[in-house]
Amino acid sequence: MSTLEIRDLHVTVDEADGSTKEILRGVDLTIASGEVHAVMGPNGSGKSTLAYSIAGHPKYTVTGGSVTLDGEDVLAMSVDERARAGMFLAMQYPVEVPGVTVSNFLRTAKTAIDGEAPKLRTWVKDVKQAMDDLKMDPSFAERNVNEHFSGGEKKRHEILQMELLKPKFAILDETDSGLDVDALKVVSEGVNRALANVNPGVLLITHYTRILRYIKPQFVHVFVDGRVAEQGGPELADALEESGYDRFLARA
Amino acid sequence: MTAVDETTDPTTTTPANTARAHSHGGGIVPDASRAERPTSYDVADFAVPTGREEEWKFSPLREFAPLFEADGAGAVAAVEVDAPAQVEHRTGTREEVGAGRAFVPGDRAAAAGWAATDVAHLLRVPAEAELDAPVLVTVRGQAGRTTAGHLVIEAGHHAKALVVVSHVGSGAHRGNVEVRVGDGADVTVVTLQEWDADAVHAGQHDVRVGRDAHVRHIAVSLGGKAVRLSTNVSYAGPGGDAQALGVYFADAGQHLEHRQFVDHEATSCRSYVEYKGALQGQGAHAVWIGDVLIRAAAEGTETYELNRNLVLTDGARADSVPNLEIETGEIVGAGHASATGRFDDEQLFYLQARGIPAEEARRLVVRGFFAGIVDRIGIPEISQRLMTTIETELAATPLAAASAEEN
Repeated sequence: MSTLEIRDLHVTVDEADGSTKEILRGVDLTIASGEVHAVMGPNGSGKSTLAYSIAGHPKYTVTGGSVTLDGEDVLAMSVDERARAGMFLAMQYPVEVPGVTVSNFLRTAKTAIDGEAPKLRTWVKDVKQAMDDLKMDPSFAERNVNEHFSGGEKKRHEILQMELLKPKFAILDETDSGLDVDALKVVSEGVNRALANVNPGVLLITHYTRILRYIKPQFVHVFVDGRVAEQGGPELADALEESGYDRFLARA
Repeated sequence: MTAVDETTDPTTTTPANTARAHSHGGGIVPDASRAERPTSYDVADFAVPTGREEEWKFSPLREFAPLFEADGAGAVAAVEVDAPAQVEHRTGTREEVGAGRAFVPGDRAAAAGWAATDVAHLLRVPAEAELDAPVLVTVRGQAGRTTAGHLVIEAGHHAKALVVVSHVGSGAHRGNVEVRVGDGADVTVVTLQEWDADAVHAGQHDVRVGRDAHVRHIAVSLGGKAVRLSTNVSYAGPGGDAQALGVYFADAGQHLEHRQFVDHEATSCRSYVEYKGALQGQGAHAVWIGDVLIRAAAEGTETYELNRNLVLTDGARADSVPNLEIETGEIVGAGHASATGRFDDEQLFYLQARGIPAEEARRLVVRGFFAGIVDRIGIPEISQRLMTTIETELAATPLAAASAEEN
């Protein structure tokens, strides 16, 4: 049982014109293993900033607050240390890495996370099974990471990593964006499999409610203007489905 | 502040009917045409470069100075040849080995090298012979000496061969290579510059592509103090296909220069040029000049050239100049791209976000950057050795150059 605690998190980003803009203004969230928390909010409310700040992207500066994983200071760790501590970020726009095959990338990542190379025979079998489950063609393994991938392929590849790397906490940043219904189902099934097998805490960042039909959150947080404006159970998502973000925006 | 010379062109592929809009490369070359640059067997026809010449302005002339000396026959470099039995290996005077049928010196160093070569080498692959093993040539420079060499690689029609010319040792070397590829032949020539750190090398490689022949020229420059390699491709008949590929890794104080001139005169020929390099350290300098000329007669030409530079630290400089001259609109396509950039922080972040330490992430990215070309050499042991050298050089880079792990 693990706990990820975000306390009064303040984050700024440097703008192109040299000014600094505060995007997160005091975020509080606590996530335990096995829990699914949906973070919903309008564009520009800081949802992705939350995801990337926790992962340690250099573009964002934490100016206050804390993020701890079972009491360990996540913010003091480098990007790769965070991942090895059990954090995982499924990116909205995964990056191409030319010349590095998926198979080499997965094995390198798995070795780094576990601190030792996976047993070859079981690893090959695990990768094949996970790809099969996500309806990915075996030839995928020999393609270069994210190079010439379709939007759907990129998202499957992200969830493939979540299933294979077995993180303690996974942040899924708009994993539903750009997916048609079939792909959305396949990707959601992957997340649900990971939940069942590895029991991570999941922070599901989304603008729309449609992915919540397939991945059931126990908690819903509405994000407005860099902080949590309202939280509740799944019924809050239903209310958003009905009325949209207008009432929050009006209040902000 | 930045010493990076950055040119970024969008990838362009020009359809035949708009080819003219893309021609003449913005006046990069002051000659009216690249074709008008002089060539001659007589060293007296080339003045000693001063550095003001277009073709020498990027080169460290102090390093190259010994190569311009034209005082008669100098020492030829030691050459070892390891070839399958089908291959004829002969040595003799330039005349005896038939040198110069597809080679004319294009600058002072090549002409001086030509004049200094009293013993040249011929490697002849008979027509229709398909070699089952590569031809391995080692050129060994000698410390404190200026050497020269002329190697003719001749492949008969429909022959198939892979030739690797490996440059090692020290000293100053002028290496002329003449590749004559018969009709329908399939030839790969790999030139490896794995010199000692103090070596100086100027080389001219003229490649004549037969009708419907396939030729691949791969240059790998890792060692040496200053290396300047000029590769000139021409076509003896229609339907030829030439690839000029290269990789280089320039360290502090090292100058690595690669110039290609693809001269399309025959119809329906293809050319593809791709050079990729990494640079690190104070005074590391890479130069890539990609000249492509599509003459009026060369209808049906298809050409593309690409140069990418990865600048790993401050203090390194990459000059990258593509130049495309198009004299006919009746072509299949012509384009070029050139980009010089730093490590992609987003790539490093992505890999690190999967637990991969910064150092290893950089190695993966660099390996991936070069693998596309190095893996095409066709001899796994050589590809592996080169990758190991590249990774060793990379390991010498101070990590401060990458920013993704600074947070």
